[in-house]
Amino acid sequence: MKGEKRIILEYADKINPEKAEDYIKVGGYKGLEKARRMKPKKIIEEVKKSNLRGRGGAGFNTGMKWSFIPENAPIKYVVCNLDEGEPGTYKDRIICEKNAQALLEGMAICATAIGAEKGYIYCRGEYPYIVKLLNNAIKSAKEIGALEDFDIEVRMGAGAYVCGEETALIESIEGQRGEPRFKPPFPGVEGLWGMPTVVNNVETFACLPYILVNGAEWFASIGAPNYPGTKILTLTGDINNPTYFEVPTDYLLSDVIYELGGGIKSGRELKAVQVGGSSGAFIPKKNIDTPIDFDSMTKIGASLGSGAVFVLDETRDIVDIATRIAKFFKHESCGKCNPCREGTFRMYEMMTRINKGLGKPEDIENILVLSRVMQKASLCGLGQAAPIPIETSIKHFKSDYMAKLN
Amino acid sequence: MGKSFEEIIAPFKDKKGGIIEAFHALQKEYNFIPQEALKETARIFRIPEAEAYGIATFYTHFSIEKRGKYIIRMCESAPCHVAGADKVLKALESYLGIKAGETTPDGKFTLELCECVGQCQATPVITINGEPELNVTPEKIPQILSKYE
Ligand SMILES: Cc1cc2nc3c(=O)[nH]c(=O)nc-3n(C[C@H](O)[C@H](O)[C@H](O)COP(=O)(O)O)c2cc1C
Ligand code: SF4
Ligand code: FES
Repeated sequence: MKGEKRIILEYADKINPEKAEDYIKVGGYKGLEKARRMKPKKIIEEVKKSNLRGRGGAGFNTGMKWSFIPENAPIKYVVCNLDEGEPGTYKDRIICEKNAQALLEGMAICATAIGAEKGYIYCRGEYPYIVKLLNNAIKSAKEIGALEDFDIEVRMGAGAYVCGEETALIESIEGQRGEPRFKPPFPGVEGLWGMPTVVNNVETFACLPYILVNGAEWFASIGAPNYPGTKILTLTGDINNPTYFEVPTDYLLSDVIYELGGGIKSGRELKAVQVGGSSGAFIPKKNIDTPIDFDSMTKIGASLGSGAVFVLDETRDIVDIATRIAKFFKHESCGKCNPCREGTFRMYEMMTRINKGLGKPEDIENILVLSRVMQKASLCGLGQAAPIPIETSIKHFKSDYMAKLN
Repeated sequence: MGKSFEEIIAPFKDKKGGIIEAFHALQKEYNFIPQEALKETARIFRIPEAEAYGIATFYTHFSIEKRGKYIIRMCESAPCHVAGADKVLKALESYLGIKAGETTPDGKFTLELCECVGQCQATPVITINGEPELNVTPEKIPQILSKYE
């Protein structure tokens, strides 16, 4: 569509994602060939220079992450995070459905750079059909020798949002309860079965073949300089085109809504937009003329996160939606640490009270205090982010809360 | 009945971290993890029963309670919520005559609530034994469920 820039999704629906031959016809596996002729250090340098930053939410420099892997470790692992549990997000599924081979190639490039022989894809339990697709795609790539002796195994999760957190994900592959570990040590030093492990998101891996083929400078020149490349967004809520788009990272949020998204449903006005899934901040209308890249989103107190864009029109009850989100976090908290286990519970309790019209002004004060405690004291990103949608909804839509107080 | 618990579990026994795959395989057969199967899994993976129980109950997809032949899951995450998930849930409850979390007396349907299943292009969404049904409305429920009668 006009305004989009398709790199990962350029051949969507034109090639069969399961067939390595199809992918090769459109230039696939050339990046891996190139990487294999390079010194591992050079590959990492190239990825660093491209300034590719993780697409899984934290925005960490990918080449930098790889450079932490100790060269002399006997065994290293490449792990792909396909847990995709952030509500409103399905872009990693789309990448698999449209261009699964690019993900496999990206993982093999990473393996070549860090010296790994085995990779895992951790796929959420809600996508059994993607597990099938990926297994066929791996088989096809193996059959024509594209992956050489790099092995990829697909493991399926079983419905736990927290398993998207990289150390919880590792625990889950190891066959344990998916509870996050204390960091440090980071996975790059002690990851899967205690070995140095790179964990990257599907979209991060899928960028790599194109970076290797076209060069770091080419990638670094696309979109926002601090977070270059493209980003796949998924639009939900009160929007005319509830679908996915791939855009350069300097694309404006307002254009996402009014150009690609086709504007608000039923000709209504925009009230708020939440970017990055349920853990994202609510963004009021006055802030939408902002590029979607990681740093620009951070500057307005929001986060790009997974790239989910949840649009709410003027008639929506923000308190009710924030209450629903509070329930999500109460349900998904793994219970390992107190600020989050107890915090998400109390947060939902207070939000429910307010939402039912039984809240008191103290409830709002208490929510704001609890929010600070959770952000500072929770062990992992789940508990740290859980209060953010609530806090920002109070910040920008206080009058909606006041109107519901008893 | 077909395979024994051991026959279902055995293929995963030498796989590192294979216990979760074994649970998936058991559930595929029974739609839940029977207590005897849980014990058998603990024995085969050489871990205490309590630990196997801890793993199985951590994950929402695994159930140690008997469930129906068809598991209906209603997504209530924010995008489905604003698209009218609560109306669909009410319709499901009244059509099946059960509340969320329950199984119909004939053992056919279990109704569960769940979070986003990653099909948010067409909200509200339910899944039936993992298969997504998109853009669900209360009116469509009888027709959707008739496929499973
Ligand atoms: C609660 C929680 C859930 C997460 N879920 C995901 C996820 O579904 N997919 C993902 O790629 N990263 C997720 N992350 C981030 C990962 O921990 C990790 O940073 C990411 O996989 C690194 O990949 P990247 O550098 O390519 O972004 C999550 C983090 C937290 C704290
Ligand atoms: S913050 Fe929440 S999800 Fe993370 S470790 Fe603590 S209890 Fe578990
Ligand atoms: S929000 Fe319901 S399927 Fe994603």
